[in-house]
Amino acid sequence: MSLTIPRGPVPMPPERPSSLSIRRSAPFWVHVLACAVVAATLALIVLGGVVTSKSVGMAVPDWPTTYGHHMFAFPFEKWRQGGVFWEHAHRVVASSVGALTLVLAGCVQATESRRWLRRLAWTAVAVVCLQGALGGYRVKLNDIPVFGISGATFFGILHATTSQIFLCLLGVVALATSPSWRRFGGPSGSTGPVRAHREVLGIVALMSVQLVVAATMRQQHAGLAIPDFPLAYGRVYPATDADTLARINQQRTSIVDDMPVTAFQIHLQMVHRILAVLLLAGVISLAARQRRAASPWSGWFRLWAILLGAQCLLGAATIWTGKLDAVATAHVGIGALSLLTGVTLGIALCRARNGRLAINPCDPTRGEIQTAAGEPIGAS
Amino acid sequence: MKQSLIAAAIAASAATVLGGDVTGKVTLKGTPPPEKPIAPLMADANCGKAVSGTVTTRHFVVGADHGLGNVFVYVKAGLSGTKFDAPATKTVVDQKGCLYEPYVSGAMAGVAVEITNSDPFLHNVNFMKSDAGNTPFNTAQGPGAKPMDRVFQNPEVFVKLQCNVHPWMFGYIGVVGNPFFAVTDKDGHYAIKGLPAGKYTLAFKHLKGGEVTQEVEVKDSGAAANATIELK
Repeated sequence: MSLTIPRGPVPMPPERPSSLSIRRSAPFWVHVLACAVVAATLALIVLGGVVTSKSVGMAVPDWPTTYGHHMFAFPFEKWRQGGVFWEHAHRVVASSVGALTLVLAGCVQATESRRWLRRLAWTAVAVVCLQGALGGYRVKLNDIPVFGISGATFFGILHATTSQIFLCLLGVVALATSPSWRRFGGPSGSTGPVRAHREVLGIVALMSVQLVVAATMRQQHAGLAIPDFPLAYGRVYPATDADTLARINQQRTSIVDDMPVTAFQIHLQMVHRILAVLLLAGVISLAARQRRAASPWSGWFRLWAILLGAQCLLGAATIWTGKLDAVATAHVGIGALSLLTGVTLGIALCRARNGRLAINPCDPTRGEIQTAAGEPIGAS
Repeated sequence: MKQSLIAAAIAASAATVLGGDVTGKVTLKGTPPPEKPIAPLMADANCGKAVSGTVTTRHFVVGADHGLGNVFVYVKAGLSGTKFDAPATKTVVDQKGCLYEPYVSGAMAGVAVEITNSDPFLHNVNFMKSDAGNTPFNTAQGPGAKPMDRVFQNPEVFVKLQCNVHPWMFGYIGVVGNPFFAVTDKDGHYAIKGLPAGKYTLAFKHLKGGEVTQEVEVKDSGAAANATIELK
């Protein structure tokens, strides 16, 4: 047996005596558990989307109790009262996801030797606790102004964006515990992914901005700031002078009492539309390049492009249907799935770069000692 | 003779104190957007049983001869520095058929508004946001709950009440610092009773149509003041 020492700095010594150490990876069932928690979180995000789409976020005015009852002791016959059902169900499912996340972190702790992965799993626990608190304080501080805006809006935006950060954290845990993770660390066989990871992460960063814009739009409770698509009030870019806004607000009627539209909200929706076009164009371009290069990753890029395309179509449908609850909620769900896909694809591509395993998957300088057969020696 | 003069003086001062009635009609100029059926209300397991027929939004209630309903009429200027007793009739807002009734009402600052629930199921009354320093509240009212009194200390046009259990339910209260206010009926007619003689600025405010003002001189015999709200 001979040792192959790659270029770069000498890697850090492993946690156990070097020559005899074998990396301990989580068994497959931990990966299955992680995937289940991801799926449950996605369902929770959709349920949260229903709550906002139906404007029933305050249907239960207290927290952590529900009309004075312990959350898990709220009489079922009282659930079926308008928006109470959706808000209370959201809380119950959220608590369950929190518990599952704790279980997952415990399983990763017990079965994994990769310190960064154990830390990531516990970070997910911390984030889900924060997320629960944000949701609770969105209710408790509903009327209290925070930085000049209502507590409902401030905490609502934070709650919405943190939910997807949490989803992506879980996605990385699921990815890193998958059997594919080791395969990603082998030679890529193609030069395509070496550059694509930067573009993917760039698109993910832009998607994160889009997420904040979208959350701000939804939490403003102004309904459809622009009621037509692809034009905006019949123009490429709408006017937002005082007379135009007065006319717009006089002619707007909706079932729920939306707040008057402001110039800021119109501009925000235009930013949302422009970002959507840029994101779709970016992902389609990447997918086309991967296909031309016959990259082994082209299937994933195609899936990502399909998700982005569906997301854009749902966005248009949200406007065409007058913000129909089901359509608006589907738009939230596919948006979350698109971001998750981008994050996991980007992380996988980072790992595939140069065929190296690294503590920081995107750090090109960290390497490891391998056998000639390419099997790693030592913990990472 | 002396007794007649005294009696006439008393009658005149009584008329000055009692004042006259201001009446009129508010009309709408322009074409309002069509009202929308409140589909979730009719589809709701509880609310659907409490109503019959199609229930629509009430953004523009336009009656005979373009009369505009739900316009809040109040004295915007001319009464400053004067203290008045509470109105003879208490303002009552009811939750009935999963709607706030009336949709628009008026109240005097510092005087209790009674909020009731005539429906046999849960509502919550959420007063969320105040630009005038009125204290927000969010109170559940179950079936058969006692009426609750809420006081808005500061004038604010409009205070918005909303039910979060049934998000299509919302109602408005115009809160002013005196008892001289009215809400137009479905044909746009209104009457403000007992306004002392003098010169005032009357305001006519509609939730979507905006506000117009008018100078009016009220005599002992009352006054008439019509207004038109025009859509842009």
